[in-house]
Amino acid sequence: MHTAAGSQARLPIRSDMDLVWVRQHVRQAAAQLGFGLVDQTKLVTAASELARNTLVYGGGGTMETEQLVEGTTHGLRLTFSDEGPGIPDLEQALSDGFTSGDGLGMGLGGARRLVHEFGIESAPGSGTTVRVTSWVGRPPRPREES
Amino acid sequence: MPEQAEGTAGVPTREVRDLLRRRREQIAQRWADEPLFRAVFTVSRDEAVEAGKAVVDALAQVADAARVEDPDAAGFTAVREQLARMGAARSRSGLSTAQVSSELAALRPPVENLLVADLPEDTSAEHVRDCVSTLSVLMGTLRVVVMQTALSEGQALIDRQRLQLLEVATPVIKLWDGIVAVPLIGTLDSARSQVVMETLLESIVEQQARYAILDITGVPTVDSLVAQHLMKTVAAARLMGAECIVSGIRPAIAQTMVHLGLDLGTVVTRASLADALGYVLHQLGVGIVTPGTNGAVAR
Amino acid sequence: MSQAWPGPHGAPVTGHVPVLRLGEVLLVTLQGDLHDSTAQQLQEDLAETIVRSGATGVVIDVSGVEIVDSFLGRVLAEIAGQTGLLAARTVLVGMRPAVAITLVELGLTLPGVHTALSTEVAMELLSRQAPSSRFGGLGQERL
Repeated sequence: MHTAAGSQARLPIRSDMDLVWVRQHVRQAAAQLGFGLVDQTKLVTAASELARNTLVYGGGGTMETEQLVEGTTHGLRLTFSDEGPGIPDLEQALSDGFTSGDGLGMGLGGARRLVHEFGIESAPGSGTTVRVTSWVGRPPRPREES
Repeated sequence: MPEQAEGTAGVPTREVRDLLRRRREQIAQRWADEPLFRAVFTVSRDEAVEAGKAVVDALAQVADAARVEDPDAAGFTAVREQLARMGAARSRSGLSTAQVSSELAALRPPVENLLVADLPEDTSAEHVRDCVSTLSVLMGTLRVVVMQTALSEGQALIDRQRLQLLEVATPVIKLWDGIVAVPLIGTLDSARSQVVMETLLESIVEQQARYAILDITGVPTVDSLVAQHLMKTVAAARLMGAECIVSGIRPAIAQTMVHLGLDLGTVVTRASLADALGYVLHQLGVGIVTPGTNGAVAR
Repeated sequence: MSQAWPGPHGAPVTGHVPVLRLGEVLLVTLQGDLHDSTAQQLQEDLAETIVRSGATGVVIDVSGVEIVDSFLGRVLAEIAGQTGLLAARTVLVGMRPAVAITLVELGLTLPGVHTALSTEVAMELLSRQAPSSRFGGLGQERL
């Protein structure tokens, strides 16, 4: 499948200020890999949503970035982890309109629509890990009917 | 003496590395006369020799790291681009992959001859064989690197052309001051819709167009996916301050849409591009006047 | 499009966003990467300024904004809603195509917010209907 092509970074998510750094870091990494302006914006926005979730619901955590290569395409993977209370009902958390704190409840569901691959692991009491990946030049996946 | 010879000549990769470093100039000179280099560096022989030296250096570095079998060895990184250029130049001049490969194979004999000639008289036949086979493996890996690079270049070219084709197939036309239109022709898949949306929105900014007409006369079928793409484009344009009108919904398509329960919601729709233009001009407060028979103007 | 981007070492925008008054209209220009707290502060400042100044329109220029996530999107929607309650209207100006596409994908289409391509167009639209609006009750019709 794909291989990691170096360039990994790990950023803390502890405050409002860190959200800004997360966005700037993702923007730079995406631009460097050759993502188009629209795809950069989507990825940065997804990162912003997920980082805010990590901060607000997870009580803070980290974001790791990883550059991927699959054949001739490059990709960027972002992993958000926290040690927070976890999510009891994933399906509900992923549906639009669900929120247990601030925001319009579009954090997870919205972020999922902005990236190519989306994975989440969470259980009550054991924190949450969200992993998203996008590939340069790949068309967006059609939105699944809701 | 034999003891010492064993010591220094023990490792074939080291032997090959030393040869490449010692005979760098001669190898590059000989390669410059091979068809592969001659055909790529047509202007100056010196340039061919310099390119040859860069490849020799890369091979020496790979041998030094004892990774003669590894196309991903760090040594190849420096020459990858140059090798890609050479491979691409040969393919462009009409050579098949097999022909490029055999031209690459022709680079080995001159080096092998130097290798054998440089080994001391008393070298054991077994050691000569080991060194020659190490060199063969190394040159084989070089071939793999070139072919790999050439293939990925080809893939990148196809990807670029596919994108260009999408853009060419999506012309945005300025119909009036502040009015742009996209006549959509053919199937709207995800990739194409994305290009349509981006091109249209960009031209809304460029033209400062308050109205954009999406004409779908040439779209064979409108399923839920296409409807969704249209809705997204309309919504994005509205966020930017422009209104979208969807025109060219043929009766059959209108029927299918009703049948499927597809709803374009609050989107303004018109039967034809002309109707849509008329609507927009009216919105802008522009009237169409027809010249009368005797120069008078009638509305 | 890159000049507004502060870069890895550029300081993100913090603190206050200035609110300019042009006759009956308040003009706000957002730039770069906004802090959550800055956006919330702006929301409070605007409500106060409208009440104090009797402004009938708010123009928010977002042409220098490179991303709008659901948080900032919600703040913008709330500003529009609250200015509406104060008998003024909000026009969002100059949103970039990439930002608009992303917001739509997020599901945030800001239905209650008016939009315009440029500040000129926004001012023109507001001034055309402003004089009577404070007492006339314009309701929800389009600009």
